Formats: sequence, structure tokens, C-alpha cells
Amino acid sequence: MTGQFNIPVRVTRIEQVTPMIRRFTLERYDGGQLPGFSGGSHVVVTMRGDDRIHHNPYSLMGSPDDKRHYQISVRRDDEGRGGSLFMHTRVAEGDTLEVAPPTNLFALNRLAKRHILIAGGIGITPFMAQLHELRRAGADYQLHYSFRDQENAAFRNELEAACGRRITTYDASAGEFVQPGQLLAEQPLGTHVYVCGPKGMIQAVNDAAFELGWADSHVHWEEFAAPPVGKPFRVVLQKSDMEVTVPGSSSVLEALEDAGLQPNCLCRGGVCGECETVVVEGEVEHNDHFLPDDVKQTNSRMMICVSRARSERLVLDL
Amino acid sequence: MASPMRIATPPLKSGESFRDDFSYSNSPQAIRRFPFPFHEDKYMYSVNIEPHNGGPAGSVFAPAFDIDEHYLSEVEERRRVLEEDPGRCQVLPHMMEAQWDTLELLMESLARDYPQHFSLTTDGDQWTWENRPLGIRDSFTFGDPATLPQEPFEYITRQVQGDFTLHGQRDNMLYMDGGMVTCQADWSLDFDLGMNWYEWHGPVPKAHQMGIFDRALKFLLNLQVERPVRRLNWTMTINPRMDTSPENYHKWGIDRASVTPENVGEKAHLRVELQTLWRLPRSNAIIFSIRCYLISMEELVTIPKWARRFHRVLGTLPDELAEYKGLIGYRPIVLDYLAPFDDGAETSPGIGPD
Ligand SMILES: Cc1cc2nc3c(=O)[nH]c(=O)nc-3n(C[C@H](O)[C@H](O)[C@H](O)COP(=O)(O)OP(=O)(O)OC[C@H]3O[C@@H](n4cnc5c(N)ncnc54)[C@H](O)[C@@H]3O)c2cc1C
Ligand code: HEM
Ligand code: FES
Repeated sequence: MTGQFNIPVRVTRIEQVTPMIRRFTLERYDGGQLPGFSGGSHVVVTMRGDDRIHHNPYSLMGSPDDKRHYQISVRRDDEGRGGSLFMHTRVAEGDTLEVAPPTNLFALNRLAKRHILIAGGIGITPFMAQLHELRRAGADYQLHYSFRDQENAAFRNELEAACGRRITTYDASAGEFVQPGQLLAEQPLGTHVYVCGPKGMIQAVNDAAFELGWADSHVHWEEFAAPPVGKPFRVVLQKSDMEVTVPGSSSVLEALEDAGLQPNCLCRGGVCGECETVVVEGEVEHNDHFLPDDVKQTNSRMMICVSRARSERLVLDL
Repeated sequence: MASPMRIATPPLKSGESFRDDFSYSNSPQAIRRFPFPFHEDKYMYSVNIEPHNGGPAGSVFAPAFDIDEHYLSEVEERRRVLEEDPGRCQVLPHMMEAQWDTLELLMESLARDYPQHFSLTTDGDQWTWENRPLGIRDSFTFGDPATLPQEPFEYITRQVQGDFTLHGQRDNMLYMDGGMVTCQADWSLDFDLGMNWYEWHGPVPKAHQMGIFDRALKFLLNLQVERPVRRLNWTMTINPRMDTSPENYHKWGIDRASVTPENVGEKAHLRVELQTLWRLPRSNAIIFSIRCYLISMEELVTIPKWARRFHRVLGTLPDELAEYKGLIGYRPIVLDYLAPFDDGAETSPGIGPD
């Protein structure tokens, strides 16, 4: 399953939500219905820039009942490799993009007695789609949303209107922060917690849940991680009899795609397991959340969408 | 590559039975479109999953859900099984959204693939469904179960051939969270309900050790909306009996001892399941469709390639599999029946008739 079945979409609306965030409304190019999705899903958007093609995942934030439109919001990242900048500076209403069908790696657990949603900054996006589901199901939920300051409190009014007393906001510039330890300690048995935001926030929630003895199955998180950068190295593809150089700012997957190959992949974020590859030789710097630790230690497999080489050369069974 | 075969879908028959007098049989057209499952002269379990994105016009692979000449009879058989045992259709309460997803998927697919039989008109959440072969015309509010005569999953799967199971996905695992199971090959929904992927596959020999279930599960966890997949599974059944359930074993278990060289051509059936798997959009659940096809040995041997190949597959089938599939006892009689049709000639690649 590779991202070959892309759907051409037209950008029908762009809103500048905050100085850093833009919301894009997308429609099928041919006007037809888009694939349905569940809250927490993301789509991989293909952006054809001048010097490179970007494939970035973005969470769907519109209503799962709307089969005509997808909505995504993109936070501008000036440090990155240019995908979000492309969305901010190059894309205009009426332009076309491509999206892969939705994938959900951050779904609500329908058996939960209560859902605690914790969002930091742009991490609010997957929850916006989930809120539709929670409200329709009449579920017990709380949304805890923290942002840098009032100017960056994206979608705050919409969220307050939708959630009423179920939302608590935290303004970091006023010294307000989510206290995961305290928050989780107050929850009844059968509560599930979901967190999406900066790395530190995800870690803090996981640590608190662990200390309180929560089962792993009740803790869900999604990190908006990008393939980490590093030193360039060479990859030898044993089956295809090819050698490819992976530049510092590309992942192995991207380098192979640039060389004309189409390796299996889905999430491009080290979580879905689709791009697992056998390593014949070399040492791996594992950056994924998929392989178990004991497999990582053996250097026998790697997730080529995010992991890199520690050695100068990697030989892969591809 | 051979040119794609064009096979017409036979018209709907009525009044065939899958019990008592067993009047079920296949027309020559239905035989030619039978999903013969063996692409080579031997068989072993594998992760035989491929995209379910159509097939030659008229073949069972072309539509999303195949409706064939046995439609009316199979729907009637399902009604009778449910009348005797309503527990054959069960869905856990947290799957209501998946129930509506199922109804939507089936109605949209059937109306698109068989406009002569089914139509669906929608105006927002006001839906009207028409099933002409069954004389059904119902208007209801999508999302409101009170507006349908049964819950949405039962309502629609009563109108489609084949069994269906519903699977919630939680913690990288699939669970048996519901189903409509009236034409199964010796397994029970009531028993498996609530089990996880490894538990309900527990009885299968060899496949666990071969890593097949690990790989297949990993694949299914990433199944995407609108990218369904399919596989074929097979076993054998004595008499064209759809409902070979453990619940009714006392009715059909003894059939196995009734096979003789005189009646084997008529009694012994190859039973093939065309299984398709779909990610449901709003619920993120998976629906598994198990569409069962039966063909008697008499009918099978009208296709020389299939007779030859099935003789070889059955002859070399490992005992462990033959035992699990419940055919080890009467296998010699079937092999004797098929032997004269196997002239030793090479069989052509692919599953289609020559
Ligand atoms: C499942 C999922 C869902 C997501 N949903 C959203 C969403 O809803 N909204 C959203 O805005 N984003 C989302 N993201 C993140 C998004 O995919 C992009 O990573 C983000 O938009 C930045 O893209 P980019 O191309 O500008 O930068 P990327 O190249 O992706 O870089 C991101 C970060 O990586 C580092 N980096 C990359 N290249 C370099 C370099 N050459 N030198 C130094 N550091 C570097 C920097 O820290 C940079 O800030 C999601 C990610 C995932 C995995
Ligand atoms: C959610 C989807 C699936 C469901 C609900 C399901 C269910 C079942 C059940 C109930 C059985 C009978 C077990 C018994 O004896 O009690 C079975 C058998 C089996 N399943 Fe699955 N299955 C699914 C998907 C798959 C897939 C994708 C594969 C791919 C390899 C697979 C491979 C098998 C095999 C090899 C058997 C043994 C069949 C035989 O020899 O007759 N299953 N399955
Ligand atoms: S593509 Fe999902 S883990 Fe690599």
C-alpha cells in the first residue's frame, strides 16, 4: 500500500486563523465525494514545489459527516524543509493539491467511560474532528487546550461554542499550564486520555499516566513529528542492485522516491509499520514508534520513513 | 496475458433449498463464474490478500458485493436460520456507528453495481431504499435506528448474500464485535463474539507458526477507506448446505458418513469463500464479508482444468489441513471420483477455465 492512489483536490477556501496558522478547505477536483473518515485521521498532502516534492501528513479537522470537503490547518514552520511554508506562501484559493485517502492512527476508543483530550497548539486539529463524534455519541469528555498566548489561541471561539463547560483553556503567557498528574488522578476508572501537542507535553502525560498505574491501552498520543535530519549516508539496495545517497535533510524513504522507487509507506511518521525494511548490514539510528526495543537493538530491521544510519553505509533488503 | 473473460451474470432463480431436499444447483453460467481458488496444483496457507478493485466483467470479482442467481434462495435461507436462532445476528452496543457505515456501504455499492435490482435516493439524512427482487421500499432517517424495521446492520445484511462480521480496532488489535453469520463453515459467532484476532483464529493449524496471522493482522490494521482487499478461502461440504454451524452440527455432521462412490459427484461440494475486507469510514471499524459459493463435484468436472487441478490439490493436501477442514474421512472417495478426469496434462496458470 503506497500513496499512489492520490486524489486531486482543489483549495476552495483559505483562512488566516492566527499569524502562524492557516486553515484550508479542500474539495474533490471533479466535484465528487471524498472518502469518509473518522476523527483523528490524517491525510498525506502532496505539494509539488519547485525544487522538491513534499509529502506532509495533516490531520482532518472538519466534520466526518461532510463528504464534500476536507479541512486541514497548517502551522507555519520556518525551520522545516518547506512543506508548511509552501502551504503558507504558495498555495492560493483555486489551486490544486493531491491527498492520499485518510488513515487513522489516533482513533477514539468507543468503550471508554470518559475521554480526556489534551491539546497543545496546532495539536488541536485531530480533536476538532473527534469532537463531532463525541458530541453525536453523547459521550462524556473534557477538552484541555493550551496555547502560547491569546493571539495564538486558534479556533478558541469555535471550540468554546461547541464544547461549553467541557473545555478548559490554558494561556501559557499568563502562566497557565495543563497539570497532567493532577488531571489524571481525578479521573474515574475506564477513562481514556488522548494527547497531541509538543513532545514535552506528550511525555508529561505519558509519565503521569505511568506513575498513576494507567494501562498503556488507555493512553493515546499523536506526535506531529517530521523525519529527523542528520548526516548524509549511503544506502545499498541489495535486490535492486542500486546505491543511493541520503542527504542530511531527506529521509531514506524520500531519497528512494527521488531515485524513482516506490517503497511501501503510509504514515511517513514511524507509527503505522508499513515501511518496515530488513537491514542486511549497518547500524541504525531508530526514530520510529513502531518496532519493539529488542528488534531495534539487533539492527535487523528499520522504518525507512524516519530512521537513519549511524554508520556511513546501510545495506537494505530492497 | 489472456484477454479478460466476459461472463454474463445469470438471472435470479428462486425456490432453491439448502436443506431437506437440497434442490440447489448451479447453471452452466454460474459454473463458469465460480471462484475456483487454486492457481496452482497444490495448496498451503499463505497471506493471500490482494486489492479488491474489480475484475473481469461478469466475474464474481467485478462488483463490490456479488449478487448471483441464488440471491432469492440464499436470502430466504438466512431468514429461516434467523427464525430458528436469532443469535446468529449480534452486534455489540458500541458498534452503532459501524452499523450505519455498513448500511451505507452496502446500499451504495448495490445500487451502483445492480441498478436493475436496487436503488438508493438520499436527500440529506432522508434515505429511500428500494430492493426490487425482494419487493422492499423503505424510507428512513440515516442515523436514527427507530426509523428502520430492524437495527441497520441486520436490516441490510438480511438483504445481501454471504456472512458479515464487524470488527472494532483498538490498541492495534481487531475484535469480533458483531456479525450476521448464517452460512458459516463450522464456526460460531456466539462463541467468538468479543474475541480478538488471535483468539478466534486459535483453532487453525500451522498458520500461526508460519507467521501468517501476524502479517495479515498488521496489514489489516492499516487498511484504508475505499481500498478494500480480498482473499479466497475454501473447504468442502457434503450436500449444498449453507448453514454448517457448530450449533447445528447434529444435523450435518452425520452427512460426512453418507458419501459413497455412487453419490459423491452429487453430494460432495467444493465450498469457496470470497472474503472481502473494508475499512468503514466513520467508525474506523472493519467489515469482513464472507461470500460463500458451493459447487458439486459433478458440476466442477465440467471444467476440465479445474477437475485436474482439484484432484492434485486434494491428493497432496497435508493431513493436518484435511483434518481441520473435516474432509479427511471422505477424501479417498472424492479422489477416486476425480481420478479419471486427471489425464496428467499440465494445467494452465491462473484460476480461470481454459
Ligand atoms: C500524523 C501527523 C499529523 C499532523 N498533522 C498536522 C496538522 O494538523 N497541522 C500541522 O501544522 N502539522 C501537522 N503535522 C506536521 C506536518 O506534517 C509537518 O511536519 C509540518 O507542517 C512541518 O512541515 P515542513 O515541511 O515545513 O517541515 P518539516 O520538514 O516537516 O520539518 C519539521 C521540523 O523538523 C525539523 N527540521 C526539518 N528539516 C530540518 C533541517 N533541514 N534542519 C533543521 N531542522 C529541520 C525542524 O525542527 C522543523 O521544525 C502532522 C504530522 C503528523 C505525523
Ligand atoms: C477480520 C477478518 C477475519 C475474520 C473475522 C476471520 C475469521 C475466521 C474464522 C472464524 C475462522 C475459522 C476458525 C475456526 O476454525 O473456528 C478463520 C479461519 C482462517 N482464517 Fe480467518 N478471518 C479473517 C481474516 C483472515 C485473513 C486476512 C487471513 C489471511 C491469511 C485469514 C486466514 C485464515 C485461515 C488460513 C483460516 C483457516 C481456514 C481453513 O483452512 O478452512 N483470515 N478465519
Ligand atoms: S510509513 Fe508508517 S512507519 Fe513508515
